[in-house]
Amino acid sequence: MYRILKNIGEYFLMMRRVFSLPEKKGVFLRQTVLEIEKIGLKSLGIVIIISLFVGAVVTIQTAFNIMNPLLPKYLIGLATRDSLILEFSPTMLCLILAGKVGSNVASEIGSMRVTEQIDALEIMGVNSANFLILPKIIAAIFFFPFLVIISMSIGMFGGWLGSISVDVTTADFLYGLKYQFNPFYVTYALTKTIVFAFIITSVSSFYGYTTKGGALEVGVSSTRAVVYSSIVVLIFNFILTQLLLA
Amino acid sequence: MISVKNINKHFGDNHVLKDVSFEFESGKTNLIIGESGSGKTTLLKVMIGLHESNSGEVDYDDRNFTGMNFNQRKMLRKEIGMLFQGGALFDYMNVEENIIFPLKMFAEQSEEENLERANFCLKRVNLENTNLLLPSELSGGMKKRVAIARAIAMNPKYLLCDEPNSGLDPKTAILIDNLIQEITQEYNITTIVNSHDMNSVMEIGDKIAFIYQGEVWWTGNKDELIRSENQELKDFVFASKLFKRLRQTS
Ligand SMILES: Nc1ncnc2c1ncn2[C@@H]1O[C@H](COP(=O)(O)OP(=O)(O)O)[C@@H](O)[C@H]1O
Ligand SMILES: [Mg+2]
Repeated sequence: MYRILKNIGEYFLMMRRVFSLPEKKGVFLRQTVLEIEKIGLKSLGIVIIISLFVGAVVTIQTAFNIMNPLLPKYLIGLATRDSLILEFSPTMLCLILAGKVGSNVASEIGSMRVTEQIDALEIMGVNSANFLILPKIIAAIFFFPFLVIISMSIGMFGGWLGSISVDVTTADFLYGLKYQFNPFYVTYALTKTIVFAFIITSVSSFYGYTTKGGALEVGVSSTRAVVYSSIVVLIFNFILTQLLLA
Repeated sequence: MISVKNINKHFGDNHVLKDVSFEFESGKTNLIIGESGSGKTTLLKVMIGLHESNSGEVDYDDRNFTGMNFNQRKMLRKEIGMLFQGGALFDYMNVEENIIFPLKMFAEQSEEENLERANFCLKRVNLENTNLLLPSELSGGMKKRVAIARAIAMNPKYLLCDEPNSGLDPKTAILIDNLIQEITQEYNITTIVNSHDMNSVMEIGDKIAFIYQGEVWWTGNKDELIRSENQELKDFVFASKLFKRLRQTS
């Protein structure tokens, strides 16, 4: 318990250093673009593959569960849409990204710490927390919403492919996708995404930044980064859902 | 000149530096020697503010570093070059970008001037035409030399080196030692070198402090070092057979 409180305190101390004005705007901008590529674009492949398959599977399972002639077939499209928009794309996908991006961020910063690259930045007079972490946070906040929107679209496309295999007409499926669509659901999803993007990058950076020791500890930090950012994401998922939907 | 006065540093219950005082002279290669774990790295990091000391004072040419606030320290650090034990090159930047980095962040000059300075520093460490290599493509000795080039890019008045030749073969190690000494004399820098290697002590030691379990146990130059009767120092210096024989014949 003491350690958790101490970590939370250190986390906020670090974040105070992260949020200060960058020394050189040009250098900062370049770092951010690099991070968008590393954190965002390089996650596109996994997002597409996972969303496609999950969309298809959700549709098939829903179809299997409501094989009652009294229920209209378009419900299948509707259920697919809502589970993708409300939960899968923002939350499940962010948990997967917590694994991919979180371990990447923590091991990158952690190895810079143990090889004294962070010390080198500091003695040059660079605010290392700001220089290394802020571009990552901004890149993720900026790019995760795109990933989530792409995931929703691909997921629905996957759902349509799935619907063909279980004998639902395209017309029925599309009708379900559009039926009583509530745009607030998307707002809700993107709000969650932005919060999760912040949590994943900042928590993982924290575990990387506070690594002590050698290569072995970098591995430990990167595991911790994934575990704790996932837990914090789940806690905030609960809180935000209470606030926004209840 | 850099002087440290009565520095004490604790890590929890571990009293690592005990009342350390010493004066590091300008234009000289000042050596801090001692076994692994004696507190050499900690002393350097206290001197540059990467660790806070529990008591004591560090002065850079009569400018009190210990009492400075964050921004004053930042200004002073631009006059300090530091060479870390592993080189600490930024591994996603190539050689040229590594050297240009401090210039780009802090020197108010054009990109051409930065590049020219980087090439000059690379030439000084005999590494022309390696500009586009990544640190992962360099040998241990080359990494150290690039790190030296980066450390001198901003024309430092002070150069702090943490075990510059650890992990190198004896010949390359001497090369690095000599390079550091030449640069020191050429630009009249106050240089401090941490070492546990007796070869480099004999090669470059102008002024030597021997640290034993966190205390300054002995000070002097290399001739005095060989003749010293201090038991702990003798145990350290004559740990190898070669130096033992050297003592018997001299
Ligand atoms: N960041 C740290 N936290 C806790 N203890 C440390 C830290 N850095 C060094 N120490 C301890 O300080 C002592 C001296 O270490 P160091 O200065 O690295 O020795 P040297 O460089 O002479 O080999 C060792 O006992 C080491 O365990
Ligand atoms: Mg050391």
